[in-house]
Amino acid sequence: MIRHMLAPALALLAATPAAAQEALSLDARVNEIFAQATGPFVNFIFAPFYGTNFPWIVMWLVVAATVFTLYFGFVQFRFFGHAIRLVKGDYSDPEDAGEVSHFQALATALSGTVGLGNIAGVAVAVGIGGPGATFWMILAGLLGMASKFTECTLGVKYRNEYEDGTVSGGPMYYLSKGFRELGLPGGGFLAVLFSIFCILGALGGGNMFQANQAHAQISGIVGDYPGWITGLVFAFVVFLVIVGGIRSIARVTEKIVPFMGILYVGAALIILIVEYDKIGWAFGQIFAGAFSGLGVAGGLVGALIQGFKRAAFSNEAGVGSAAIAHSAVRTKEPITEGFVSLLEPLIDTVVICTMTALVITISGQLIMDPETGRFVLDEAGAIATVDGNTGVALTSAAFAEGISWFPYVLAIAVVLFAFSTMISWSYYGLKAWTYLFGEGRVKELVFKLIFCAFVVVGAAANLGPVIDFSDAAIFSMAVVNIFGLYFLMKIVRRELGSYSKRLRGGQIVAYKS
Amino acid sequence: MTTKLVVGLDGHASGERALDFAVNQARLIGDCGLVVAYVIEWSPFSFHSAEENAQRHKRREEEISTVMTRVIEPAVRKLEKLGLSVTGKVRHGDVADTLNAIAKEQKAAQIIVARSSEGGFSSRIFGSSTFNLVKSADLPVTVVQ
Repeated sequence: MIRHMLAPALALLAATPAAAQEALSLDARVNEIFAQATGPFVNFIFAPFYGTNFPWIVMWLVVAATVFTLYFGFVQFRFFGHAIRLVKGDYSDPEDAGEVSHFQALATALSGTVGLGNIAGVAVAVGIGGPGATFWMILAGLLGMASKFTECTLGVKYRNEYEDGTVSGGPMYYLSKGFRELGLPGGGFLAVLFSIFCILGALGGGNMFQANQAHAQISGIVGDYPGWITGLVFAFVVFLVIVGGIRSIARVTEKIVPFMGILYVGAALIILIVEYDKIGWAFGQIFAGAFSGLGVAGGLVGALIQGFKRAAFSNEAGVGSAAIAHSAVRTKEPITEGFVSLLEPLIDTVVICTMTALVITISGQLIMDPETGRFVLDEAGAIATVDGNTGVALTSAAFAEGISWFPYVLAIAVVLFAFSTMISWSYYGLKAWTYLFGEGRVKELVFKLIFCAFVVVGAAANLGPVIDFSDAAIFSMAVVNIFGLYFLMKIVRRELGSYSKRLRGGQIVAYKS
Repeated sequence: MTTKLVVGLDGHASGERALDFAVNQARLIGDCGLVVAYVIEWSPFSFHSAEENAQRHKRREEEISTVMTRVIEPAVRKLEKLGLSVTGKVRHGDVADTLNAIAKEQKAAQIIVARSSEGGFSSRIFGSSTFNLVKSADLPVTVVQ
């Protein structure tokens, strides 16, 4: 139906077969130039350890999350209940009513992370690494809670509060100020480096990947058409919001996105309840695949790499982006936002990503050899799927097995998630941009126009180069951020010790019981 | 002991009616202080963009300043001219809960509010602030027509 309704509009845009051919070849040219330009950067970030196929960047993230977990004594579990009470507002001073609450800071950060990573990213992980990737994804999510705690505490502690009442925070501020406070050199350099990578991350994972997958989803429903058309439409709407200041569009999205998130989780739950008899089998696949690989490329290591990669891409723990979003909260105790932020990887990865993975596993979309119980691989080395789907199309097909009309809802959800993530990342990128070049209307406009242009490139390019660049850009932020966190984590431990003591001693009391 | 009355203002004619009623009550009581309050509807569980959050403190101060200038200060001046003891309050929050909280803080005898004149679709479904206040208040509430 929708295909028929949109067909005339698309026909107008690609009036003749020759024009359509030219348009598609334009996509191919954009893709080729983009892949060539970003190749060396991508290759460096994903370079494996010598003699192995294990990317050093994945190890970098996992080791950091493990170090923070141990260093803070499993803070993600010890303070989980306290984090919930903070989000509920039990410790919020009534005098601060009207300021940014813990819930609002968390919700804003989540709107930048919950999205395509949970829908398309998980499908990529499970499609290449098999169901076993889910196990490593959950583990990465649990460990990543400690990374998020560390960076968000610092984000609030070292934010800039300007005279006009606005705030700016994030790794660029805590790297420069924190290092200076400790008398360490190089903080300013790290802040600049982080800002450069943050701009690339904003243009990659926060923009191109979103536009790319939104186009894949729309063309899956209305039929194939050139990606730059989706790109132009998206770029125009993003332009209206971030340049035109038309906040009503962003406001409507802010209201709908949480609803779509609940709808997505609800649909996954319904499918899991209906297929409850397969849940035990699916978890069996997840555990078996986690340690044996069940025939996926790279075996155990292949599943592990995919799980860790996609978890990091989805929840952004250690990347530093969340520290920008969380830094606006109103609190006298920076560490309280750290506690709240540790819920983010839990919701994003442990809950939502796991649900997506279970639905895909149960759906039977991944082709398995019934005789050997191992997955059948396609020419590219990924697991063969029933209709050859990858990414968001695989998730869509998996949900359609349970709820036939759900792909339409998912398409709307993907477009809205993509849009809200773009708006969030345009802000993160802008903060990094203004850190480098200073504030000012013209300087900000330049970044915003570049951001809009990349929407078109992202929608026109193929998934492969876009996803590689997006991952590389996001992970390069983590290289700088985590390096800095190792030096600054003792400040967080001091805050944690002081807060715990006062909480136990009754000096910090709840306003609501 | 001075009796205190809390008057909920809304910046409209309905709030003025509540204020006029409160003035009459105060004169009848004699030793009476008035607290004129305006609650800016706000929820800690609403959703905002990162940019809005970064500017929230500034916006909050602007909102309080605007209400003070346009609603509270004119009301305070008017009552002071009438020789009444009056204080003004501006808070963010749920209107019913916050008016009730102010009244309890001030140890007020009652809350005076106007019947909501702008009962739109949402108030029909979820109930107006006045209705919610009447339902949940810990002290007497007078609703002025």
